[in-house]
Amino acid sequence: MKNNLKAFLYLLPALVFLGVFMVYPLADVLVYSFEEGYNSASQTFSGIGLRNYSFVLRDPYFLQAVKNTFILVMITVPVSTGLALVISLGLNSIKKLKNLFQTIYFLPYVTNTLAVGLVFMILFKKTPYSDGMVNILVRLFSGTTVDFIDGPYWAKMLVLSIYTVWIVLPFKILILTSALGSVKQDYYNAAKIDGASSWRVFSRITVPMISPMLFYLIITGFIGAFKAYSDSVALFGTNLNAAGMNTIVGYIYDMLYGDSGGFPSYASAAALILFAIVFTITVVNLMISRKRVHH
Amino acid sequence: MKVRLDKLTKVFPSRNKRSKEVVTAVSEVSFEIPAGKLVGLLGPSGCGKSTTLNLICGLEKPTSGRIFFGDEDVTDLPAELRGVGLVFQNYALYPHMTVLKNILFPLENLKGDKKLSKEMMLQKAEEAARLVQISELMERKPSELSGGQQQRVAIARALVKMPKILLLDEPLSNLDARLRLQTREELRRIQRETGITTVFVTHDQEEAMSISDMIVVMKEGVIHQSGKPQDVYDDPKDLFVAKFLGTPPINVFDGEVRGEKLLIGGAAVLDAAGVRDGAVKVGIRSEGFVPSADGALECGFTAVEVMGRDTSVICSHPAFIGDSIRAVISAETPVDTTKPTVRFDLKKSKVLLFDPKSEERIRFDEGANG
Ligand SMILES: Nc1ncnc2c1ncn2[C@@H]1O[C@H](COP(=O)(O)OP(=O)(O)O)[C@@H](O)[C@H]1O
Ligand SMILES: [Mg+2]
Repeated sequence: MKNNLKAFLYLLPALVFLGVFMVYPLADVLVYSFEEGYNSASQTFSGIGLRNYSFVLRDPYFLQAVKNTFILVMITVPVSTGLALVISLGLNSIKKLKNLFQTIYFLPYVTNTLAVGLVFMILFKKTPYSDGMVNILVRLFSGTTVDFIDGPYWAKMLVLSIYTVWIVLPFKILILTSALGSVKQDYYNAAKIDGASSWRVFSRITVPMISPMLFYLIITGFIGAFKAYSDSVALFGTNLNAAGMNTIVGYIYDMLYGDSGGFPSYASAAALILFAIVFTITVVNLMISRKRVHH
Repeated sequence: MKVRLDKLTKVFPSRNKRSKEVVTAVSEVSFEIPAGKLVGLLGPSGCGKSTTLNLICGLEKPTSGRIFFGDEDVTDLPAELRGVGLVFQNYALYPHMTVLKNILFPLENLKGDKKLSKEMMLQKAEEAARLVQISELMERKPSELSGGQQQRVAIARALVKMPKILLLDEPLSNLDARLRLQTREELRRIQRETGITTVFVTHDQEEAMSISDMIVVMKEGVIHQSGKPQDVYDDPKDLFVAKFLGTPPINVFDGEVRGEKLLIGGAAVLDAAGVRDGAVKVGIRSEGFVPSADGALECGFTAVEVMGRDTSVICSHPAFIGDSIRAVISAETPVDTTKPTVRFDLKKSKVLLFDPKSEERIRFDEGANG
């Protein structure tokens, strides 16, 4: 009992900070989301109910944002994790210049998101002077050029996905190369003696051995992708609704501060819907991981 | 199956990347392991025992030399195709698999016409588990087992394919003393029951001597001697082998041969017919001392230790190399502990002479021996 008290005393500063900067705003958002007809100038509202939610859920911009976010999540989480695993396996198997390659693969991580966005512009954007590098290549192979930044939806989604994967890849490679490096050589030797094919070594030894890290990346990958916003801004500018490339977080931001902003209640309702989605997905992930992950 | 190593050499680049030096872990190793025998590969730590095993199983490629299983040259065959079982020094059980899954793993890897049905695999796994007496542990994870149990699982996993050759790298070194004695008998039993040609590595000579059909003594990557344990013990080729085998270790003196007599500290202790005059190193096995009132070798008396049937007489001598002489005599033999010195006659068959420079054995004249 006395020990418990002491523990709480040590935790108190952290709990106070968490209370002020997390619990209070969360509770506040919850309250906002149920206050109907809130006026931020007079700080008054007309009633309490679910009207904010029904507005948001019917708002075509929100539905577009949800669709964009889900597509982005479903593409980028598996692709980036899979790609990171392949690259890490490669990095792990080379001996010479390993450190150099590891550094090269890590560089994008320390590069500013917007700077990477600029590079993507050069690659993909059509301007009066140039079609962008990718289109030059497309033409070289006698395909029809596409405007990736202002063109059709699939093209924009493709660029956004590539961009997002590119941004999250280095961190995942970093985590996975160190996870792979920590698997003892003895297990591989044992598997070799046991006559395992390289596919079975990969699926029955390597993957289970790094499964805690793999699941950590998948869970944080899902959460990160659901909260995506800056990637879209870097490519398509701040008027994302017009570009049709908004994300849920982007929608929340627009509702608060955008040109059409000033609706904290709608923003709060959207934020809580996002929270519910992320929460559900994370719980499902954890449930699967409990079954599949070897600790 | 018979295994033959022909002038195997393994050179490693130095572990220190900057250094250009190389390490010759195994040098021109040649020996033959008779089919169905248990062979102890013996030597001090770092002498190349593990490397030799890794060459046999294919985890390492030799720098030069050939390896034969039976009449087949397997030098270029990858490890997974050699069909050997290997028990790693730290067992290397797959931590995420249960005991059963660990044992099944080698069977599940079989391909082509060797592929087994599910029932067949289970049956074989259970057989292997029964052989090493872990049948009731099948659903546990390796982390839930004691060291001895893990070791048995490792042996079961190595045996389940019924390999032609079983290799064990220091299989007993991670066990406590009592378990080690018990397990080494167990190892002998399993090897007898299966009849698999087995090589086990150890740095413990007693272990190797007690259960092997044949021992191979290595030092610094070179084989010094091989043969039946008792033969190697009785007739070592050089001082290293003589010193390495036997508990307590052999007692070594500086001596001299003059006029067909062996002298230790100036006193003639034995006939040395057929040995050339000159300095020698004299090794006397601890069981080679016979206390006698008018014995030729006079030693300073230190203490007597009684251990069961045997008595150790601890004593000293100016020509002795080392701390103290240990003579093991039967408990019935009376020793006068009141005098400051004790005298011994020597059993000639337990006295071994070595060249002081090359440390090679110098033999007494065959005819005069006995
Ligand atoms: N992969 C390696 N790289 C460099 N040197 C090695 C390697 N493996 C073993 N050695 C060296 O080879 C020698 C023999 O090693 P090892 O066969 O493990 O000895 P033992 O098993 O008898 O203790 C040692 O000097 C060791 O440092
Ligand atoms: Mg070793």
